[in-house]
Parts: sequence; structure tokens; C-alpha cells
Amino acid sequence: MASNGLKIAIVGGGLAGLAAALKVAEAGHEVDLISVVPVKRSHSVCAQGGINGAVNTKGEGDSPWKHFDDTVYGGDFLANQPPVQKMCEMAPQIIYLFDRMGVPFSRTREGLLDFRRFGGTLHHRTAFAGASTGQQLLYALDEQVRRFETEGKVNKYEGWEMLSLVLDDHQVCRGLVAMNLQTLELKAFYADAVIMATGGPGMIFGKSTNSMTCTGSAVSAAYQQGAKYANGEFIQVHPTSIPGEDKLRLMSESARGEGGRVWVPRNPGDNRNPKDIPETERRYFLEEKYPAYGNLVPRDIATREIFQVCLEGSGVGGENQVYLDLTHIDAGTLTRKLGAILEIYEMFVGDDPRHVPMRIFPGVHYSMGGLWVDFEQRTNIPGLFAAGECDYSIHGANRLGANSLVSCVYGGFVAAPSAIEYAKNVERKNTETNGIHAAELRRQQEINSQIIKNEGSENQYKIHDEMGKWMTDNVTVVRYNDRLKATDEKLVELQDRFKRISINDSNLWATQALPHARQLWNMLQLARVITLGALNRDESRGAHYKPDFPDRNDEDFLKTTIAEWSAEAPVLSYEAVEVGLIEPRKRDYTKGKAKAAVTNDSTAEKGGAAQIQQPGSELKPQGREETWVKEGRKIQEGESFKELNDKERERGEQ
Amino acid sequence: MSNSNEFKEKKRLTNPPQTVDIKIQRRDKLGENAYWETFTIPYRRNLNVISVLMDIRKTPVTKEGKQTTPPVWDMSCLEQVCGICTMVINGRVRQSCSALIDDLLVSDGGNTITLEPMSKFPNVRDLKVDRTRMFEHLKQVNAWIELDGTHDLGPGPTMSQETAQERYAYSRCMTCGCCLEACPQYHDDNYIGPQAIAQARYQNMHPTGKITIDERLEGLTQEDGITNCGNAQNCIQVCPMGIPLTRAIYETNRDITVNALFGWLRK
Ligand SMILES: Cc1cc2nc3c(=O)[nH]c(=O)nc-3n(C[C@H](O)[C@H](O)[C@H](O)COP(=O)(O)OP(=O)(O)OC[C@H]3O[C@@H](n4cnc5c(N)ncnc54)[C@H](O)[C@@H]3O)c2cc1C
Ligand code: SF4
Ligand code: SF4
Ligand code: FES
Repeated sequence: MASNGLKIAIVGGGLAGLAAALKVAEAGHEVDLISVVPVKRSHSVCAQGGINGAVNTKGEGDSPWKHFDDTVYGGDFLANQPPVQKMCEMAPQIIYLFDRMGVPFSRTREGLLDFRRFGGTLHHRTAFAGASTGQQLLYALDEQVRRFETEGKVNKYEGWEMLSLVLDDHQVCRGLVAMNLQTLELKAFYADAVIMATGGPGMIFGKSTNSMTCTGSAVSAAYQQGAKYANGEFIQVHPTSIPGEDKLRLMSESARGEGGRVWVPRNPGDNRNPKDIPETERRYFLEEKYPAYGNLVPRDIATREIFQVCLEGSGVGGENQVYLDLTHIDAGTLTRKLGAILEIYEMFVGDDPRHVPMRIFPGVHYSMGGLWVDFEQRTNIPGLFAAGECDYSIHGANRLGANSLVSCVYGGFVAAPSAIEYAKNVERKNTETNGIHAAELRRQQEINSQIIKNEGSENQYKIHDEMGKWMTDNVTVVRYNDRLKATDEKLVELQDRFKRISINDSNLWATQALPHARQLWNMLQLARVITLGALNRDESRGAHYKPDFPDRNDEDFLKTTIAEWSAEAPVLSYEAVEVGLIEPRKRDYTKGKAKAAVTNDSTAEKGGAAQIQQPGSELKPQGREETWVKEGRKIQEGESFKELNDKERERGEQ
Repeated sequence: MSNSNEFKEKKRLTNPPQTVDIKIQRRDKLGENAYWETFTIPYRRNLNVISVLMDIRKTPVTKEGKQTTPPVWDMSCLEQVCGICTMVINGRVRQSCSALIDDLLVSDGGNTITLEPMSKFPNVRDLKVDRTRMFEHLKQVNAWIELDGTHDLGPGPTMSQETAQERYAYSRCMTCGCCLEACPQYHDDNYIGPQAIAQARYQNMHPTGKITIDERLEGLTQEDGITNCGNAQNCIQVCPMGIPLTRAIYETNRDITVNALFGWLRK
């Protein structure tokens, strides 16, 4: 079928996986595309804000170099710089390519691509399609890949879950084993090279803003087979998400920008209706602690404070939630200014935020860490490549808004030619016939049989809940070494208890119990990588914050954490970061004396009727935002960030 | 979502029940007989259908106290944007992740909620269905733009914001299948259905896509094509993304007529 007989297996059909598939198919080679969900339903659909690229259509003097600088700075200098630079240079081409594919990007009067200003930058650099950019980008790639599917160049295996890699005696990757989620049939896929594009691991934290498929399970399997996992401890947490029984959904920060006040009942046990709690019995903890900034403290501070209050047990109803209150503002005004985002809250919570204070809590959002790759997206296992959120390469210690989508496509576009080049040159010998595939298949079959056979008293979903709670409480926003240690011990205990689960489903047809059990085991492994990486890193950098070590420590920790699996515990080592292009400078945000660093992500409103803002547009970097204000060349003397944004919005609404 | 300017006070559940019964249509395997099981869960605020199913899955015991198998359903985004979790809830087809228990109790009364799989697709197990055919339909109408290649060729054609917005509306289709479930003409995959027609229209509206409009229309003039539509307009009423389906059907019919005319003239 393929012109010269190369076969590349791609695991994952999100933005990164589809980008890679497209490039491989276009080069005339055959692709096996394996995905848990139909690729069009991948987690990438959730991204709303947009995609970054310094196209400089607004005559602001933006350039790929500035995009590069923003990204490296935003990532607190932990990213190796060469691939970041390459990505920023490719970004405008990526956006143009999507434009040619027919993505309905927002337009200017001249009919050109429109760009919005996003968090962490001073430039209009973010292309967007309404308030659902990820969905549109994913669909565009899905359409192109479908075209190659009809030509027979792409074979889709949707509803298949990768369980492990097939490695030969020399630790060279020769394919993978996957499970059909309907029949539980296992199949060994022979491949000259494998590209992993399986997305983030949010489910390790139980609930996150991620999709339910974001388990990190496949990546963990590769890690357990010898792939290096880098910077696992860097987990981005978004300050305001809507806690749900099932997941956390993003709540735009513009709610605070429009005057929303954050509070909890002064008496933690106070279960009265919020409206009945008088002013004096409310604790506006942000306003109390930061009188100057109030509720408009930068995102990372807000995240930490909200988190801390709940950890102390002062959250509303003793739970992980605080009030974000807009009810003091006129309902009509709210509707006019924040209508779209309020409707999201209404849709998923059922309360009208115009009359009932919203309940919010920070939510795990993104993993900067992932499989270690070199500048050609090669992992340390020959024949195994990685791209997208599952690799660690671009975002350092902290990701900027709208930078993920572009990094996914970039990763896929680099991984594909890199894998082809490798596949052309690798010696195949007798790998197709020497039985390594059958052996790996048998090994996986045995693991499945063992899990099915188990009759223990443990409940896997409860173990998952416990893991999620421990990880969320101790390994997210604020980290203490004693708690990290305790968490690791807990994880070891949960791993032990895992061995005594019974899957509780006597009907194996299309069962979700066995796949979940496999995922859970892998999540427990990766959870230790995240926890121990955090424990070992005695500094604060980007998303990683330790009150006992509040400063960045370049001398000891301007290094990539590398975890390698061992039966005992992850083995950690450190690798120097390539910082040759932009010299690390301090992210000094104390001097930023601007009044507010609030975001404005209600720009999505400006698009008119068709562009309805969906849950959770995310727009600002997780990092220290005062710096943007401080360096805000466009902010006039005496003008706050908020005012600037207000003006912009007014302009947009005309 | 409705117009954000009209303000409506929501009807609330004033007297919530202690427990809610969840009645689920179950099927052990494709092709086997369906049966019903009811589960009772303690009422809490802010439950949605997915969180209720998660509860049941943890300890699958029926209302009568019988240990049973955990119900199987599909879910992913939980934000009503991936389309995977679609099912029939209290008789209406919709996404289960955005179906709030409170709302269902208010609108339908009683304290039982009924869950069934969509009826127009192969029922894999319990609430899980196989919608592969919807993706096949997209192949039939060439629902893509023909690119010369992915190498750098600069930006695409210029376009007005109005056209971009019109296309944006179509681009939001998440292949959920609600429209097919509701369409009286669609059964046994006899008809390509409104979703694929709308996606063809989406591409036909694009300046580059327009170049290959003939191929797309050809996919719609086969036996299972657009003429099967009886104009019942059920589809547009159930579409959660507000895709302008009837307009797509109307405009595509118009394109086909024009095309037929030109085809005849060309001969
Ligand atoms: C609410 C939200 C909003 C966001 N908004 C933005 C934004 O505005 N801009 C931005 O740049 N970024 C945004 N992000 C981040 C961005 O969406 C993700 O980082 C990105 O989509 C990841 O894409 P991916 O291709 O790496 O993986 P995914 O899209 O997660 O795809 C993973 C794929 O792998 C498959 N898979 C997983 N495990 C297996 C397995 N074991 N076997 C087989 N297949 C498997 C899945 O089926 C899926 O196809 C947002 C994230 C969230 C949660
Ligand atoms: S208009 Fe009616 S017949 Fe036509 S597709 Fe819609 S529901 Fe079906
Ligand atoms: S047109 Fe609407 S109802 Fe039909 S599949 Fe698309 S989103 Fe679902
Ligand atoms: S889970 Fe994606 S639409 Fe409901």
C-alpha cells in the first residue's frame, strides 16, 4: 500500500497526532492511527482561546523572536530554547495553513485574519475561531486526515487503547500493543516508528479541566518500559474553575475583572444561604490580605490563596470551593458584560450567577512535563517519538495561554519527518517475524487476565478518588516537602491496594472496568514521578511553588528533571537546560505597582451572535502577571491593566 | 445557548427529593435483548447525568438490592463539545454531560430519570452506541478542502467577517447524532442525514472548497441523498450546537438545482 513500505504508528488523534498523521501520509507513507476515542472527539476540542503566532498583521512590530522571548520568559527559563525558537518561527505558517484548510477564523474588515491580545503578551498574536478554536483546528486536521483515509494511506483504529510498546532486545521500539475497547481483543501493531501524541495526564488529579481521556496512561506505559519522563512536577493550575461532581470547568477571569468578589463565610461551619450571611460575617480574604489589589491580584496569587483557604477547611460548606460573588452588581449590567460566561455557569451548575454567588476553585489544567524528547521530537528509545502535551519540550515551568495548540502542531510537524527519516534508515532485520510482537501481546494478555481474575475487596474507583484527592491537596498549587513525602507514601500504599481490586464487571464485552484498571495502575506510577519531582526541587519556579523555598534557584535548579522507571521508585536525574539564546533574567514582579493585573478574556463576546463563549476560555499565563503590566509599554502612566483592557473591549464591541 | 440579553429567572427545584431513581435501558451486548434496571441514588445538588452514572458505576447495585454489572456509557470532554456522551434522557436526545438532574426533575416532575441509548445507531452495550457511519457520511460528501499540500503557501483566501461567521456556525457540529435520532426520515442508515449535508455546505461556502463543489453534491444526489429529507425540521430543534440545518438543506438543494442546470447546459 505505502509507496516504499514504511509504516508509522501514531498513538493519539488530538491536534499533535493528527498533525503528524497528515505529514506522514502526505509524504506517501502508511499510518496506523490509534486512538481511545474517535479522533474528532479528542481533548483538543476543549481549547477555546486561540492559537499563537507572530503574524504581525496589526503593525505592532511583533515578531517570532518576541513570541520566543515571551514563551521562554513565561516558562521561567526552564525550556531548552532552540525548539521554542523553531516553534515560534513556524507559528505564522501553521496559522496560515489552518486558514487554507478553511478554519473559520475571525476576520478583519479587509477580510484578513484577525488576532486578539492574549495573556502574557503585549501583541495581538492570537488567532481565534469564535470561542472554540481548538474544536475548529482539530476538525480541520480531522478533515484532511479523513481525505488521506479515503486514499488508503491512513488506517484508523478508533476505540483502541495502547497498552505497551513492543521493544526488541536492544530496546528499539518496533511497534505497540493495543486493546480493542469493545471486544477486549489485543493486537500487536508492527511499525518502523511510533509517535506518541496522547495528551495530558489531568485525570491523575481526579478532577481537572481536562477530558476524561487525559489519563497519561500510554505515556506512563512507555515510561515503565524505559522512556524518560521530564519535568513531571510542572503542573499548571487555573485559578477559577467551576467545581463539578464530575469535572472542573474553566470560569473566565473576566468575572473578577468586572468586580466579582471572592469570599467565604467567616465561620467555616456556616451553612446558611450565602444571601443570608451578612457582610460582617463574610471573609473577603483576598481583599483583606491584599488591600491594594483586592480580588484582582495576579492569577498565581489568587490560585494559591483560594487553595490555602480551602486547605484550612474554610471553604464553603467545608469543601473545596469559595464564592465568587457578582450579585452586588446590577443584573442587566452583568448580562451585558458577562452574559456568555454566566450562561456557561448556568448551563453546568444550574444557578444564575446574577442572583446566587458562583462557587469556584482552582483546577488542574495542563502538564508542562512529559516524555523527554530531543530537538527532533525523538525520545530516548530509538524508534519512539512524542509530540503535543505528552512531551515536555516547549513550555518550561509554565505555559502561556494559546501556546499549547501551536506547540502540538509544531511537535507533530517535526515528529513526522523525524520518524520518517529514522524509519528509512533503521535496520529491520527479522523484527517482523522473530516473535517479539507475539511475546509482548502475551505479556499484556496475562496482565489483563490477572486483573480480571482478581477477587479482592478494593474498589478501583475509590482508589482513583483517593489518588486524585491526595494529588490535588498536596501536589498542585502549594507544595511542602513533608506533605509531598506523605503523598508518595500514600501512592505506594494505593499501588499495593490496587493489587487487591476486583473489577466488578462480570460482563467483559465493552467493559470499562478493565481499561480503567489499566489506566489507574499507570496513573499511580506517573503520580509518583510528579510527586517526587516536586519533592526534590527545592525552589519555586513557574507553576511549582514551595513556601519554604520561595525563590527561583538557577544555580541548583535551572535543570530539567528526568525520571526513569525502576521497580523501587522513579530514579531522578538532572540535565542542563540550553539557554544560549536568551539569557535567564529574573521574573521580578514586585516592582510592578500597577493596580490590577486582571485579564480580559471576554473579548470573545465581541464576535457577535455566532461566537458564543463556551466554558473556560483560558487566556492568561499562569505566571506572575504583574511583570506584563510592569513591562506594559502600551500602558500609559496612571492607567491600569484593567482600564487598558476595558478600552480594548469597547473598541471591539463597536 | 439563548440570547444573553434576555434575562430569565430560572425555575428552581424547591422541594428536592431524598433520592432519585435512575432507570436505565441495558443491553449486555450488541444484538442481545434490552432490559431495564433501576438504581436509586441519594439526591445532592449539582448532579448531572454523568456524575450519577459515575456513582452507580462505583457500586452497581439496583434499587431492589441486586448486584449487577456497571452500566457502560461514553464520555470525554464533559463540556458539551465532543459529542460522545449523547443519549436519550427522559425521552429527549441530548448530551448527558450537560443534563442537570435538578433541571430534569423540575421540567419533567417525579423523581425518576430514564436513560436510553440512541435508537438509530448500533447499540454496543447499555448506553453506548456506534456512530461510525456518521464519519463515513463525511467521506461520502468529501467534507474537506482539497489542499495542494501542507507546505508553506501563505494565507488562505480573504473572506468577509460575515462569511466567516456563517461558516463558524456550521463548523461547530460535533457529530453527536441528535439530528439523526430525531429525523423521521432517517432509519437503517437509509439517508445521509442533515449533519453530513451541513458539513458539505460548510465546505461549499469556502472559496477554495467551492472549486470542488460538484464532487460534494454528487455525494448528496445518490440514493441515500438529500431528496430523502421530508422537511420535518425535527433536526434543527434538537441540535445542541444550533447548526443551521434546514438552511443547509435548502441551500444545498438550490446548489444541486443550479448544478443540474449547468450540467445540462454543458452537455
Ligand atoms: C479547558 C481547556 C482549554 C484550553 N484552551 C487552550 C487554548 O485556548 N489555547 C491553547 O493553546 N491550549 C489550550 N488548552 C490546552 C490544549 O487544549 C491541550 O494542551 C491540547 O489540546 C493537547 O493536544 P494533544 O494533541 O497533545 O492531545 P489531546 O488532544 O489530548 O489528544 C490525545 C489523543 O490521544 C488519544 N489517547 C490517549 N491515550 C491513549 C491510549 N492509551 N491509546 C490510544 N490513544 C490514546 C486520545 O484518544 C486523543 O486522541 C486548553 C486546555 C483545556 C483543558
Ligand atoms: S428537515 Fe426533517 S427530514 Fe429533513 S433532515 Fe431534518 S428532520 Fe430529517
Ligand atoms: S448537526 Fe447538530 S445534532 Fe447533528 S450531529 Fe451536528 S451537532 Fe449534533
Ligand atoms: S462528554 Fe463531550 S459532549 Fe458530553
